[in-house]
Amino acid sequence: MAKGIREIKRSIKSKQSMKQITRAMEMVSAAKLKRAQNAAVASRPYADKLREVVFSIASASGSVKHPMLQSREVKRTAYLVITSDRGLAGGLNTNLLRRLLNEIRARHTSPDQYAVFVIGRKGRDFLNRRNIPIAKEITGMSDSPTFADVKPIAAAAVQGFENGTYDELVLAYNEFRNAITQIPTLQKLLPLDAGDIGGAGQGAKADYEYEPSAEEVLQVLLPKYAETLVYSAMLDNKASEHGARMTAMGNATKNATKMISQLTLTYNRARQAAITQEIAEIVGGANAL
Amino acid sequence: MSTLRLEIVTPERKVYEEDVNMVVVKGVAGELGILPNHIPLVTPLKIAPVKAKKDGKDEYIAVHGGFMEVRKDKVVILAEAAELGQDIDVIRAREAKERAERRLADRASELDIRRAELALQRATSRLTVAGE
Repeated sequence: MAKGIREIKRSIKSKQSMKQITRAMEMVSAAKLKRAQNAAVASRPYADKLREVVFSIASASGSVKHPMLQSREVKRTAYLVITSDRGLAGGLNTNLLRRLLNEIRARHTSPDQYAVFVIGRKGRDFLNRRNIPIAKEITGMSDSPTFADVKPIAAAAVQGFENGTYDELVLAYNEFRNAITQIPTLQKLLPLDAGDIGGAGQGAKADYEYEPSAEEVLQVLLPKYAETLVYSAMLDNKASEHGARMTAMGNATKNATKMISQLTLTYNRARQAAITQEIAEIVGGANAL
Repeated sequence: MSTLRLEIVTPERKVYEEDVNMVVVKGVAGELGILPNHIPLVTPLKIAPVKAKKDGKDEYIAVHGGFMEVRKDKVVILAEAAELGQDIDVIRAREAKERAERRLADRASELDIRRAELALQRATSRLTVAGE
């Protein structure tokens, strides 16, 4: 009996230290989430401005043609998947990757119809396990990614589209709604939706002069715009990651508390039973005399 | 004296936002001086310092590429990276410059030369802005 009590006690202790860890992780994630959200907000002016200018060029000079605005027959699709490096974030990565895998299986019959670019260790390992070839990968992204961190892989994917290696570029990431909800999203990044661009160029936008010419400005701007979208997605995913981890760790802490209180109850019962038995033994012994 | 608002924005943050009298930039087609009431204009920029004249004083900002949008009373520069003089790590920039010069002298592959040229431009621009 005494051994049973000791075991329960040890189990309570281990749960307590686990609870400490999960609670700490929850708080760290909460702080990081705040920072990630701020970063996402800080990046917005750049993206908005870029969109505004791209749209106003596209709508003002309707004749401007650019390969990135034209859809062509899709022979090869490139996927850019953004995942986290670390787990313990609930179903965040799994949901996204499963969604991606279903999409790939449904749309493509052979591996040379698609290519995958991946950010984050989780995504890389998942795809490696399933023998899906990876065109380019980046891992070890910091918690506050800079544009320069994302640029190489974004530029590689966009360039692949520009030179015709891929006819379509799909971005897969977790859209951040709030700390509890993250939505695995597949978004077609390229070709840019010309209708979307034309329609949004409304309002009394200034008619710009372009130096050297509208085409050349667009040439510079469109790849940048696409890369910026990737960067925004990256920031969104970071916020999702921290949000998901915060929620997951919050739940873990709650579960630990529940388990501890249950174990404490069992422990006290066992202790009481042991005492009762001891008394009974003493009384029994005394009576025998 | 009339002013225009100069904003320099990178994907990470707003680097600069001031009312200035004149902006001088290096566009891909040549150097441009922007005064208030300039006609609306969009142009990509070269890697070079941007000069802002404000109350008779000159301020320099290292802007690495990107492009500029000009409106009547507002100039917005969007760049992937931009730094003010006081934020620049002079020692690192100087090292980068030397490294780039060495690479150019070595005459490595085509791609490396292109890269080294860009690195050299960035380093030179940074050093100019930092007042070195």
